[in-house]
Amino acid sequence: MQDLGISILFKGTNFLRLLGGLWTTVKISLIAVLISLPLGIILGLLMTSNSKFIKAVCRVYLDFIRIMPQLVLLFLVYFGATRTFGVNLSAFTSAVIVFVMWGTAEMGDLVRSALISIPKHQYDSAAALGMNSRQTFRYVILPQTVRRLLPPSINLITRMIKTTSLVVLIGMVEVLKVAQQIIDANRFEYPTASLWIYGVIFLLYFLICWPISLLSRALEKRWAD
Amino acid sequence: MNSDVLLEVKDLVKKFDDDTILDGINLSVHQGEVVVVLGPSGCGKSTLLRCINGLEPIQGGGVYLDGVTIDPGAKNISEMRQKVGMVFQSYDLFPHLTIMENITLAPRKVAGRSKEDAEAEARQLLERVSLLDKQDVYPRQLSGGQKQRVAIVRALCMHPEVMLFDEVTAALDPEMVREVLDVMLGLAAGGMTMVIVTHELSFARAIADRVIFIDGGRIVEEAPPKQFFTAPRTKRAQEFLNTFTFEDKDSQDS
Repeated sequence: MQDLGISILFKGTNFLRLLGGLWTTVKISLIAVLISLPLGIILGLLMTSNSKFIKAVCRVYLDFIRIMPQLVLLFLVYFGATRTFGVNLSAFTSAVIVFVMWGTAEMGDLVRSALISIPKHQYDSAAALGMNSRQTFRYVILPQTVRRLLPPSINLITRMIKTTSLVVLIGMVEVLKVAQQIIDANRFEYPTASLWIYGVIFLLYFLICWPISLLSRALEKRWAD
Repeated sequence: MNSDVLLEVKDLVKKFDDDTILDGINLSVHQGEVVVVLGPSGCGKSTLLRCINGLEPIQGGGVYLDGVTIDPGAKNISEMRQKVGMVFQSYDLFPHLTIMENITLAPRKVAGRSKEDAEAEARQLLERVSLLDKQDVYPRQLSGGQKQRVAIVRALCMHPEVMLFDEVTAALDPEMVREVLDVMLGLAAGGMTMVIVTHELSFARAIADRVIFIDGGRIVEEAPPKQFFTAPRTKRAQEFLNTFTFEDKDSQDS
């Protein structure tokens, strides 16, 4: 059995350490999602505003964030901020900042496309019933937007959880880093450790992301018009 | 029909950029009158209805209900729109709300009526269009004709003084047209003031007190239905009516 190497998981606190590492990833994602949700809604509303200037500014922001690899953004904030402004951001704070910037951009684009996907006729028929623009937005447009928005924004959470594994490169000890430490420490005793450890990480990611995508799909189905 | 003018359109001009869609429309609709607007596609009929309800900014003239201007830029526009019911070609029910919620949303949130009161009236109206059993379903579960009848009920529940119908049967399968037109005939019989844009000529003839024929953004002919359909005065109206009739095969052969 020892040759299979699976017992490495149960040696010492290895499994708990892996879970701890995963928690770091999930924590960054959750905090980032919670902050970028309201910010993204504001950005999305701004992007559908009538002002060309505001639209252009939002567009530049969105494109900048999207074109830049998240890794570059992480380095920019973590190393760049320290060098340039003399602020000493912890890796955790830098990660949250970068993923909030990214999440806001993605969320903003989702909100924008959900808003413009509401047919113009919905505004007309609400107006024809005597609703003012505030009532139209609150009772007719917003509920429909949220329904269209929920599935893709839940998907955004899974994308974020997967992408946060990048924080290992600014020195954070998250699940992949823990894995490497375990594998390195047991290189001679368990030569096949990498298979087992990474296999478990695969399963852990799957167990977190799968229910989330199931939820997203279920909502999509339920609210299909 | 008495002679009180309820709705008045004066010298209405509507342009999209440099395109003049409506070029000086004058129209008075009396209390209880049913006016049918006919005309070739693109003549501005639908735009006229949208202007009457203040859904389009206008470039000249005005629309008056009981003597009060309907102006999309004015503060009272929502109030004015409550007095004008409108039904669209594409039904435009709110997909996230049940039939009952669709109908009672505006009466409750805009007119400030109680839930019980609004629902009681909605049930009464649904009964009249034979859809009471559909009150708790969502619009996607209804057929086109049923949706359109709900849309009519939704507009009626706001107690409008005049109802506008914008090609309400144009998107329907032929066998569903009748059920919607019957509802409208019922309304007309009940004394509702109506302005109807339609392509159903025999229906127009049956329901209209007066026919308005629009072409090129102007009213070309205005007549009682019988006269318009049997002896149109203008050439353009004649040509328009001719596009709806086909000669018998026998007479073509001979």
